[in-house]
Amino acid sequence: MMANPYFPLAILFFAAMGFGLAPLGLAWAWASLVSPAKPNAVKNAIYECGLESRGDAWVQFRSAYYLYAIIFLIFDVEAVFLLPFAVAFTGLGAGACAAMLVFVLLLAEGLAWAWAKGILTWA
Amino acid sequence: MAVEPDLKIELGKQGVFVTTVSEIYNWGRKNSVWPMQFGLACCAIEMIATTMARYDLARFGAEVFRPSPRQADLMIISGTVTKKMAPQVVRLYNQMAEPRYVIAMGACAISGGPFKQGYNVLKGIDRYIPVDVHIPGCPPRPEALIHAFMTLQAKIDAQPLTGAERPRHLDAEAQGLFPVPEQGAHDLVPPVNRLVWPLPAPVPSGENCG
Repeated sequence: MMANPYFPLAILFFAAMGFGLAPLGLAWAWASLVSPAKPNAVKNAIYECGLESRGDAWVQFRSAYYLYAIIFLIFDVEAVFLLPFAVAFTGLGAGACAAMLVFVLLLAEGLAWAWAKGILTWA
Repeated sequence: MAVEPDLKIELGKQGVFVTTVSEIYNWGRKNSVWPMQFGLACCAIEMIATTMARYDLARFGAEVFRPSPRQADLMIISGTVTKKMAPQVVRLYNQMAEPRYVIAMGACAISGGPFKQGYNVLKGIDRYIPVDVHIPGCPPRPEALIHAFMTLQAKIDAQPLTGAERPRHLDAEAQGLFPVPEQGAHDLVPPVNRLVWPLPAPVPSGENCG
C-alpha cells in the first residue's frame, strides 16, 4: 500500500476534501446551535413581496419569444458592435472589414427573414 | 449572572474581561439588527432620514436595510396601515427571519393616529403582530426612531437564552406563524389576533360597522 507512488496523492485528496467540507460542516453546526431554523408555511412561500404566492416558481416561457430575441439582437447588439467598428474604421485592414461585413450581413439576413415572416408589423 | 457586576468592573480595571455566553450572544444580536426596507407612509421619510448620514443609523449596526423579508429581522412599521395593506404586512412579518422584532413608528402605526376614524384604517398594527417598541409622534423625528432602536437593543440585550422569556428561535415549541387576516365583507377577518391583542375587539354590527 505504502509502496504505491500515488498514496501521498490520495492523502492530499482527502485533506483537500476536509478543507472544503469542514467549514461547511462547522457553519451548519454553528447555525443549528445558535440560530435554529424556524420555518412556517408562509415563510416557505416562493414569493416575498407580501402578496400571496400563485402557482409555481418553475414557469415556462413560450418558445415564440425567440422572435423578440432575434429582433433585439439585430437592432441593439448590432449597434453596439457597429459603433466601435465605425470609430476604428480608418485603421482597419481588409480582413477586419470582411469579418464585420459577414456579421452585418448575417444580421441583415435575419432582419429580411423577420420582415418576410411579417413580425415587424404590429398585430 | 455568574459574575457580579462589581467584581466584573474590578476585574476590568485590572485588564481582565469576563463575560457569559448569553451576554456575548446578545451583544452580537443587538448590534447586527437588519431592518426590512419597506415604508408605508410619511413616517417612512423620517425612517429614510434616520439611515442617512446626518442621523446615521449605521452607528448601531442597523444600516443594512434588506429588501427581502427573509434577510431581515426588524420590521419598522413606518406609517398608516390600511386594512388593504394589513394582510401584506402580517405576511411579510411571517416571512422574516427569527428572532424578529417590530417597531411601530408613529401615531398611525400604534393606533390609527389622525386617521383612526377612517373606515379603511387599521387601529394599530399590534392587533395582528407583537410590537416590541411603540413610538408616538406624527411623524416621530429621527431621534425618536433612534431612541426606539436603542430601546429595542436594550430589550434584546436583556433577553435570557433559557426559560419562558427566551427568544422565539430558541424555543422549538414557539409558534412563528401569525394568522394572516383576510378581507371580509365589512372588515378584516378576524378583526384581531387573540394571541397578541388581549383587549376587546370591535364587533361587526350589521351594516354600520367600520
